[in-house]
Amino acid sequence: MVGITSYGGYIPRLRLNRGAIVQEMAWYFPVIMAVAQGEKAVANWDEDALSMAVEAAWDCMAGRDRKAIDGVYLASTTMPFADRLNAGILATALNTGEQGMMNADFASCLKASTTALISAFDAIKAGDMDNILVAASDQRRTKMATMYEMFLGDGAAAVLAGKEDVIAEFKGSYSVGCDFIDHYRGYDKAFNYGWEERWVRDEGYGKIIPEAINAFLERSAMKIQDFDKVIYPCYFAGTHRAIAKKLGIDPSKVPDNMHAVCGDTGTAHPMVMFLSALEQAKPGEKILVASFGQGCDVLYFETTEKIRDFRPATGISGSLANRRGLDSYPKYAKFRDLIVADLGIRGEANPNTSLTVLWRNRKMILGFVGNKCKQCSTPQFPPLPVCVNPDCGAENDFEEYEFADKSGEVLMFTGDMLSASVDPPAIYGLIGFDEGGRALLDFADCALGDVKVGMKVRMSFRKKITDSVRGFTGYFWKAVPLVKGGE
Amino acid sequence: MAKGIKDKVAVIGMGCTRFGERWNDGPEVLMQEAFSEAIADAGIDKARIDAAWLGSCFDEVNIGKSALPASIALRLPNISVTRVENFCASGTEAFRGAVYAVASGASDIALAIGVEKLKDIGYGGLPEFSTAMGSLVSMYFPNMTAPGGFAMLATGYAAKYGIDISEVKRAMAHVSVKSHANGVLNPKAHLRKAVTEEKVLNAPSIAYPVGLFDCCGVSDGAACAIVTTPQIAASLGKKDAVRVKALQLSLSNGMEFQYNDWDMAHFITASRASTAAYEEAGIKNPRQEIDMMEVHDCFSITELVTMEDLHISERGQAPRDIMDGFYDRDGGLPCQVDGGLKCFGHPIGASGLRMLYEMYLQLLGRAEKRQLKDPKIGLTHNLGGFPMMNVCSVAIIGKSGV
Repeated sequence: MVGITSYGGYIPRLRLNRGAIVQEMAWYFPVIMAVAQGEKAVANWDEDALSMAVEAAWDCMAGRDRKAIDGVYLASTTMPFADRLNAGILATALNTGEQGMMNADFASCLKASTTALISAFDAIKAGDMDNILVAASDQRRTKMATMYEMFLGDGAAAVLAGKEDVIAEFKGSYSVGCDFIDHYRGYDKAFNYGWEERWVRDEGYGKIIPEAINAFLERSAMKIQDFDKVIYPCYFAGTHRAIAKKLGIDPSKVPDNMHAVCGDTGTAHPMVMFLSALEQAKPGEKILVASFGQGCDVLYFETTEKIRDFRPATGISGSLANRRGLDSYPKYAKFRDLIVADLGIRGEANPNTSLTVLWRNRKMILGFVGNKCKQCSTPQFPPLPVCVNPDCGAENDFEEYEFADKSGEVLMFTGDMLSASVDPPAIYGLIGFDEGGRALLDFADCALGDVKVGMKVRMSFRKKITDSVRGFTGYFWKAVPLVKGGE
Repeated sequence: MAKGIKDKVAVIGMGCTRFGERWNDGPEVLMQEAFSEAIADAGIDKARIDAAWLGSCFDEVNIGKSALPASIALRLPNISVTRVENFCASGTEAFRGAVYAVASGASDIALAIGVEKLKDIGYGGLPEFSTAMGSLVSMYFPNMTAPGGFAMLATGYAAKYGIDISEVKRAMAHVSVKSHANGVLNPKAHLRKAVTEEKVLNAPSIAYPVGLFDCCGVSDGAACAIVTTPQIAASLGKKDAVRVKALQLSLSNGMEFQYNDWDMAHFITASRASTAAYEEAGIKNPRQEIDMMEVHDCFSITELVTMEDLHISERGQAPRDIMDGFYDRDGGLPCQVDGGLKCFGHPIGASGLRMLYEMYLQLLGRAEKRQLKDPKIGLTHNLGGFPMMNVCSVAIIGKSGV
């Protein structure tokens, strides 16, 4: 049996109330008021599609053997690198190892996530690979006061495809490929260029999705009524309903498009919606998942008995619940670099990143891998050749030690107004890990008033260096204080 | 233990510029200004100097690399000149080089000069240094500044002793109030204005919980020392020249930020360097035997914690001693008698030598309005880096025969 053996999700903590967009920008384009319900998930200033994919992937792999992964597939239309395997960065951040890994990026289209999933299942069926991690993520910049700004949110999802302990069996798929351009983004352009909404709704989503689903049903000799859930993204609420009606499905079997809670997360969205449904699913449910983007992939899953005992570490609902309102539209605009604020001369320093240094230290920087002394068992970061324990001093006698999934507490901290930061004050401090070891880290997703000495933290993969001159993004891990109550 | 440096070297001349925003003076002007004072003080021809050490830190935005800028600015007679850099201990390192050269017999008369030109960068505070940490460290080190690095110490200290941060803040405020009061008396200080505790506490935040007046100034300046053997000093008519009593340096080995042992409330290095310095100088009870100090008050919290690491205040008791006025000008052990980094600012390469300059003036009874009553032993201290990884120097100088 081939199918999903684990999954995880990541919706960034910050949520922008659409009322705040309307309040600031409706003067410019009042039509946005029509879709101002709820809030959209917004990546923090130090997050991007890759960092969110890492979060979702770690969530998916929590407590699992990452060395058993044979390949990492990353699907996104907003990957940080046009030529450098983004999935390879994800794999390094997961510390999967390198030998025997076939990593791949699935790009340039919002249905890349479902295409990556089908490819993963096919590869496993073919027998050469046992476990493939598929992550999808998008963090799309939108122009101010546009419908895209209203509809689009940020988020990521990850699935482990395999054949042992399958919780949702992959039963088949059908795809349509057509060059329907509801929007596009040309080479080197920052924003999407969209066509008239009426056409996109009626001739795009409203036609291509139902036609693909019907073609799947016909080929597999099934009826739409056979399914417990039919899932497809469509940020036009009316069209989302109309598709259900056209297919003749009971609307209760069609999960909400999540507009009010996070917005359309792009390439991730078919998976985000699907995983939300899986979190509620019982054994034996038949689920149809469709995507949209230059065609449509239709995937058929059936949940197994194993789903009864499966709980994602955080999942979509868990990360949706971990929210904090970002009610300042200018702050959002600054985070997305839509407005120019002065970082000051102090913020100008911009050396290139040494690729030799990064290669030598890739596990340490991208995977947050340190050392554990084989003689005294002391975990330590950064990894150095001589043990830090003054009573030990062992030399070159270490095993690899992963800090990425370790919890810790704040030992000392500050909120620095002098440091050049997109979101001052820059909060950072010394972390003591519960199982030993320390690290001096930037903090993320917190306000200065939240932080106290002794507060628990978790690690999060974030953007560390944004080198706009050379187009390089550097990543490292930050500490996220676990502020009680989600707020 | 090694025999140490005590009384082997005499200081025969010192010089120090006015510190401040010297917009119209380059580092060559500052070096010459300090040097001309020192050479006149020593009463020798510069041809008698046979080796020199230059301390400077931010070479990229300052004088540049190598010791050539000093050799050229001072037109030194083609002697050996060595540039040293060790964060905030750079000035004291230059002094150490010159003193050791004399003590070894390799040099008869040596010069130590420190200079820093910080006000040519276009923004406040120290130059941005993320790139100065090396190409690997910049990939993972936090987005840290000097105030932020030391501000963390206040949260660690408050947590360790279970005292409210507001209480620590109040003691920190008194540290600054005391130094400002001393700076008023010093014509070479950058900041010469008294402040109240209230003003300090209400100042804008720079890095929680450090406020504007918890930070030292940022200035340009230079200072220098000419050292020789006691015998040569005597031949120059300086039989009672100030003597070097101890010079110690201690560096972190990574334990503080890597090993779950450090308490986030003290400087391992300062504690070790001061203990070694007392032993070298033959000091048994520093609280009693030291007459005055210039410590590295880059931030008020640094000075507060340092009082414990110099073994003057008991652990956890520095706030009490500070609030009792023990470190005030009229207290038991006056600290920052010239106004400190607080009022002089911190042109890094110069600071250690500027501190020694004040001790030197005090020992010779030349400190004018600031003169303390018959001091015999003075201590200086520098701390460069961050609380969790730093370079610490401790120097003790005093009268001959003490």
